[in-house]
Amino acid sequence: MRLHTAALLTGLAPMLFAGHPAFADQANNSIRFAYDQAPESIDPYFNNVRIGVIIGQHVWDTLVYRDPSSNEYKGLLAESWERIDDRTLEFKLRQGVTFHNGEAFNADDVVYTLNFVADPENGVTTQQNVAWIDRAEKVDDYTVRVISKEVFPAAIEYLSGPLAIHPNEYYEEVGPEGMDRNPVGTGPFKVVSNEPGKAIVLEKNEAYFEGSPKEQGPIETVDIRIIPDRQTQVAEMLSQGMDFVMHVPKDQAEQMEQVPFLQVVSGETMRIVFMQMNTLENSPAPALKDERVRKAIMHAIDRETIASEIVGAGARVLDVICFPSQTGCDASAAPTYDYDPEKSRALLAEAGYGDGLALDIVAYRERNQTEAIIGYLKAVGIDARLNFLQYAAMREQIRAGEAELTHQTWGSFSVNDVSASTPVYFKFEADDITRNPEVRDLLQKGDTTIEPEARNAAYRDALALIAEHVYGVPLWSLPVYYVATSDLDFTAYPDEMPRFWEMDWKD
Amino acid sequence: MLRFATRRLALALLVALTVSAISFFLLRLSGDIAIALAGEGARDIDIEAIRAQYGLDRPLLFQYGEWLLQVLGGDLGTSLFFRTSVGALVLDKLPVTLILGISSLLFALLISIPLGVLAAIYRNTWIDRLALSIAVVGQALPNFFFALILVMIFSIGLRWLPVSGSGSWQNFVMPTIALGYYVAPAFMRLVRAGMVEVLSADYIRTARAKGLSRRSVIVKHALRNAVVPVVSLSAVQLGYLLGGSVVIETIFALDGLGFLAYESITQKDFPVTQAVVMLLSVFYVLLTFVGDLVNAWLDPRIRVA
Repeated sequence: MRLHTAALLTGLAPMLFAGHPAFADQANNSIRFAYDQAPESIDPYFNNVRIGVIIGQHVWDTLVYRDPSSNEYKGLLAESWERIDDRTLEFKLRQGVTFHNGEAFNADDVVYTLNFVADPENGVTTQQNVAWIDRAEKVDDYTVRVISKEVFPAAIEYLSGPLAIHPNEYYEEVGPEGMDRNPVGTGPFKVVSNEPGKAIVLEKNEAYFEGSPKEQGPIETVDIRIIPDRQTQVAEMLSQGMDFVMHVPKDQAEQMEQVPFLQVVSGETMRIVFMQMNTLENSPAPALKDERVRKAIMHAIDRETIASEIVGAGARVLDVICFPSQTGCDASAAPTYDYDPEKSRALLAEAGYGDGLALDIVAYRERNQTEAIIGYLKAVGIDARLNFLQYAAMREQIRAGEAELTHQTWGSFSVNDVSASTPVYFKFEADDITRNPEVRDLLQKGDTTIEPEARNAAYRDALALIAEHVYGVPLWSLPVYYVATSDLDFTAYPDEMPRFWEMDWKD
Repeated sequence: MLRFATRRLALALLVALTVSAISFFLLRLSGDIAIALAGEGARDIDIEAIRAQYGLDRPLLFQYGEWLLQVLGGDLGTSLFFRTSVGALVLDKLPVTLILGISSLLFALLISIPLGVLAAIYRNTWIDRLALSIAVVGQALPNFFFALILVMIFSIGLRWLPVSGSGSWQNFVMPTIALGYYVAPAFMRLVRAGMVEVLSADYIRTARAKGLSRRSVIVKHALRNAVVPVVSLSAVQLGYLLGGSVVIETIFALDGLGFLAYESITQKDFPVTQAVVMLLSVFYVLLTFVGDLVNAWLDPRIRVA
């Protein structure tokens, strides 16, 4: 990879002497954005890739908007809301909003959309986003109630993220397929062309409503092209055929930083990295059932050094297995573990593994990080054999209880609530390979308690328990690298959502 | 001839059927499709929903039988990813791949025939060795790397050609060269060998003795005979080029069948992968079948074998 990028960069040499051509796109306010994966559908309920989320937030609006800088909830399609009881939220809707096709926005749209997606028959791709909804009810034209099946404290968070509102008449008529072909939302951009698997063009919605927290900037067009090959994306950036790429590997980003007409911006994301340890009854690595061995692993890895030297700018070392900004991700009661190879060796000796211990580790991305971890483990006498797999294959192995150590990541779907992260791995779901009933009960309590303090306490205690027994090794948050033309002014947010509507040109 | 043709046709059908079965089962062996389809962020409920929705919980043999019946009825199924008809998807992407395949073949012939002829005429001189080294480099250089070199020179350095896309004819220039250059050496060696053999034949001596111009001897008398095997090789190479387009189309983001194949593999969209594998192998089998028939028609000895 490194070699190829370097090779491509040498192609630049003659051009640098000749001076580079003027930026063509500032003049017509358009951004050409290359992404490596196509969304399976433009309808935000029927895809599960990042680009789908990005398009979804540009073309549609949600009831609530979470400000990415302050994490504060603001009204978007709803003007205000209040909790009626443990399971019911009531929303007062904004008036005078219209969809891209001219249909007026009102309570019917909200009720139809939420009831449609909540019905498992309709097969929404990411069931966890909608399964909590029992139903939506119309109170009057601009008032709706959303009722959850059980007590669901994170409802506002979900309503500010994946739950886009569709126009009821149009959606009823064309369904998800029609919505994919000719998408219609209320958002700051509209889809003007869609060639599945190839290109999608967004154009500024000139009729976007006043007072939206998604404030529109000067960008008129976002031309999204699907380019699966990383080297091709780099080449496009170097030849100024593209203006914006994301998820650029660290080494390539560092090389592209030297190019005068490009800028590299990195930012922390909500994706957390951690290790699981199989402590189940029939664990293929019985040594992991010994808490001293788990603590030895914890002490063996110099997380600070790996985070700063290998993971990259924006990475932060974690104390618990959730993202720090998530509601309920409270690490205050959790014990922390220093990098201390001496102590690690002592713990191993105490557990009877003074002569060394062999373990398998499964991993699926950022292999250089896994290799660094393996290096540190080796230094204390743990021989970790790497089993590098495709995500699905790795997950199958974990779910079958066949994995020993794992090097995992989780993005929480950008949901800023701990119910979207820790419970996946510790609440007896299929990926849980430690299964402590006490932890499960505390997480369950957190997931179903409305009162914020009691809720926070439950999560705090669960996280403390996980850390105390070292049921996993929290590692770091993953940064994302964006490469863009140097005249583009933009901010990288932890939710990995480039917001083209608010981007601007530098003077 | 008819018996030969029927036998060959039956064999071709059998090959296609075997390919379909092997690819179907290999795809299923590659992991739990429901987990893969649900993606990285999926939780239990998502995965189970997908398993039920696509009937992935039923026996494999049953799923294969169902698929085969569908295909025989002309229905390639529905893409799990795009949720549209696979047939329509494939038809939509086919032209780009055909254009690329044919233009690469033409490009390969365009450089290999003159080079082969020159190498034969100036046998064992520096011209022959130059032609040989061009061929060796073409065969030895992986085409994705050669593609990168082209991009470096023509897109980043000179800015003559766009790096990727399939919007205009300019998008096809580098992929054509990268793909065509790779198959050119085979043609070149064939032309050279044919020409060397033909040039020493009696009728060429006769033609020369009649006082025909050198040009007329080489082009009209020698080349015309030397080029016959190239025709049947072309059929086989075209099949190869269509398959080889997976890498090249992905590198240049050319929106054809190869690109679709790559996307469907990464997305575990197995009905699409299956259809593309099927289609490419049917093409290959068909082209080989036609090549066989042409050869048999030209040379009756083959029919007996």
